[in-house]
Amino acid sequence: MIAALANPRAFMRFSRWAAPTLGAIAAVLAAAGLWLDFTARPDYQQGYTVHIMFIHVPAAWMSLFVYGCLGVASFLGLVFRHALADAAARAAAPLGAGFTLLALATGSLWGRPMWGTWWVWDARLTSVLVLFLFYLGYMALDAAIDDEARASRACAILALVGLINLPIVHYSVVWWNTLHQGSSVFRADGPAMPLSYLAPLLTLTLAYMAAFGALWLVRIRSEVWRRRAAVLALRAAG
Amino acid sequence: MSGFGVLLRRELALSWGRGGGPLLALAFYAATATLLPLAMGPEPARLAAIAPGSAWLALALASLLSLERLFERDYEDGALDLLALGPAPLELAAFAKCLAQWITAGAPLAVLAPVVAIALGAPPSLAPMIAVTALVGGIGFSFCGGIGAALSLGSRRGGVLIAVIVLPLFAPPVIFGAGAIDAYAAGLDWKTGLMLLSAYSLETLALGPFAMAAACRNALS
Amino acid sequence: MIVALEIENLAVARGDRLLFKGFGLALGAGEAVALTGRNGAGKTSLLRAIAGMIRPSAGRVAFRSAHGELPAEDARTRDLHLIGHQDGLKPGRTAWDELKFQVAWTGGTIASAEAACERLDLMRLRALEVRKLSAGQRRRLALARLVASPRRLWLLDEPLAPLDAERRNIFGALMREHLAADGLILAAVHDPLPIPARSAELTS
Repeated sequence: MIAALANPRAFMRFSRWAAPTLGAIAAVLAAAGLWLDFTARPDYQQGYTVHIMFIHVPAAWMSLFVYGCLGVASFLGLVFRHALADAAARAAAPLGAGFTLLALATGSLWGRPMWGTWWVWDARLTSVLVLFLFYLGYMALDAAIDDEARASRACAILALVGLINLPIVHYSVVWWNTLHQGSSVFRADGPAMPLSYLAPLLTLTLAYMAAFGALWLVRIRSEVWRRRAAVLALRAAG
Repeated sequence: MSGFGVLLRRELALSWGRGGGPLLALAFYAATATLLPLAMGPEPARLAAIAPGSAWLALALASLLSLERLFERDYEDGALDLLALGPAPLELAAFAKCLAQWITAGAPLAVLAPVVAIALGAPPSLAPMIAVTALVGGIGFSFCGGIGAALSLGSRRGGVLIAVIVLPLFAPPVIFGAGAIDAYAAGLDWKTGLMLLSAYSLETLALGPFAMAAACRNALS
Repeated sequence: MIVALEIENLAVARGDRLLFKGFGLALGAGEAVALTGRNGAGKTSLLRAIAGMIRPSAGRVAFRSAHGELPAEDARTRDLHLIGHQDGLKPGRTAWDELKFQVAWTGGTIASAEAACERLDLMRLRALEVRKLSAGQRRRLALARLVASPRRLWLLDEPLAPLDAERRNIFGALMREHLAADGLILAAVHDPLPIPARSAELTS
C-alpha cells in the first residue's frame, strides 16, 4: 500500500476521502472511549484518578508509535529519495510531540493525587520526557535549515539516529531507576489491569490512532499543496 | 590508511591550535563547577552528595563547547570539499575529527574532572574512577556531539541547535558514568556501569561516523 | 586514469529551481573546455555535480579510462581536482603546512609540492600564515596542488579571477603542460582562458 501511495496524485486522491473518514472514526471512538472510561468502576487503590490513566497511557503509546512512523518515513525518504516520504516524516513530528506533551501533562496530573508531587522521576515518565526532547531536537533542526531538501535529509538522519538510540536511552533510564530505587515503589502501571479497564483503554488507543492518521494525512496534504504553490510562484517569477 | 594518518595529524594540529586548544573547555568546566556551590550553598555534606554527578553534568556541557567548530569551519572555507575528494572516505574523516576532538579536549577534561569533583567535596578515593569514566564517556560525548555538529551544518543557530539535538543523546553516558561512580563510592557493583558506558562509547564510535558522513554529504549537496 | 569525461543530458536543480537541463559535453585527454554562462546559470553546480557532490535530477556523468568505464567514486577520489571559489586554507596555519597537507591528501609528494611552489612563485611566502596572504597569493597557493598532485581531470571554477596578467600567463603555461600530458580541463570562466579551449555555454 505504501508503494501504491508513493505517487503524489494517488496519495492526494486517497487522502481526500481517508482523512475525513479517519477523523469521523476518531470522533466516534473517542466518544465511546470516554464513555467507557467514566463508567468504569474506580480502582480501589488509585481511586478516581484512574480515569486519567485511560487518557495518559494511550498517549504515551502513541508518542512511541508516531516516532516509529517518523522513523519509517525517514528511512524511506532517505533510501528512495522520495519527497512525499520526507514530507510525511516532517509532518508527523509535531503530532508526535503533541502526544508526548499530552502524556507528560496527564502523567503529571495522574501523579499528583497518587504520589503527592507534580512530577516524579520514574522510569517511564523520564523516558517519555527524553522522547519529548528527541522530538524537540528534530523540529528545531527542521526549522533551522532553510533548504528544504537538505532539511529533510538532515532530519531523516537525525530520526534514524534517534530510533537507534531510543531503546538505549530507555534501557539506561530503567537501569538508572533501579539504581536509585527508594523505599516506595513507583509502579506507574499500577496493579494488574482488570478486563473492564481494557475496553476503554483500547478504544481510546484506537481513537488516538485514527486521530493521528487523519491529522497526519491533512498535514501531508497541506505540505504537498504548499510545494506546488511554491513551484508555481517560482515559475511565474520567471 | 596513510590518508587517515595525514588527516589525524592535521586535525590534532587544528584542534590544538584553535583558540587556545583545550584551555577554553577547561576554563568553562571550572567556571560551571564553580557556579554549583554558589547555587547550592557551601555546606560540605550537601555538596559532597552531589559532587560526582555535578562533575559529570558540567563535563557533558563542557564537551559541547568546541563542537560547533568541528565541521563548520571546513564547511565554510571549502576544506570539506577537499576532504570529500580525497583517498579516505568521509566516514574516516569524521572519525579522525572526533578522535582528535577527544584527544585534545575530552582527555584534558577527564584529567580535570576528578579535581573538580574533589573540589566539590567528593572523597579523593573516587578520583581514579571519575577520571576513567570521564575518559571513556568523553568518547561518547565527542562522537555524539560530532553527529549534532554535522547535522547542523549550514543552519542558523549552530551552537544552540547542536546542544538541543545532542543533549538527549548524552543521557545514557551521563546515567552510566555517574551511576558507576556512585556504585563505586557505595562499594557496590561498579563494573556494570563502566561496561555499559564503554559499550555506549563504542557504539557511537562505530556508528557515529556514518551518520556524520551522511550529514556532511547532505550539507555539501 | 581518466581518459575522457562524458556528460549526457544533465539536469541540475537547487531547491525547487531547475538550473539547467539537457546539458551534454564530451571531453577527451588533452582537451580544455571553457564553460560560460551568465551568473546563476549553474556553472558552479555543474562542476560540483561532476565532482559528485550534487546529485543531478536527470542525465549522467561518466568517466572513461583506457580500459572502459571507471567507477565514479574511484575517478572522483583519485583522479579529479576541484578548485572552487573557496580555497580551503586554514587562516592560522602556514602556507607550507597547508600545501603539504593538501598535496599529501591528493596524492602528491613533498618534492612535487616544492616544485609547485617554484613554478607558482610561492617560495617566499611559504613560512607566512595564510591569513597574511593576499587574495592572489591565496589563489596561487590553492592552485599549487593542481601542479603538485598528478590528477588528470581539473574542474576549475573561475580560477584566475584574483590573479594579475603576469601570473595568469604563468598559470596558462601550467595548463598547457597539463594538457600536453593528457590532462583534461573544464573551467568555468567569465574571461577567456590563456590557452586555446573549446567553449561550452550553459543556458537555463
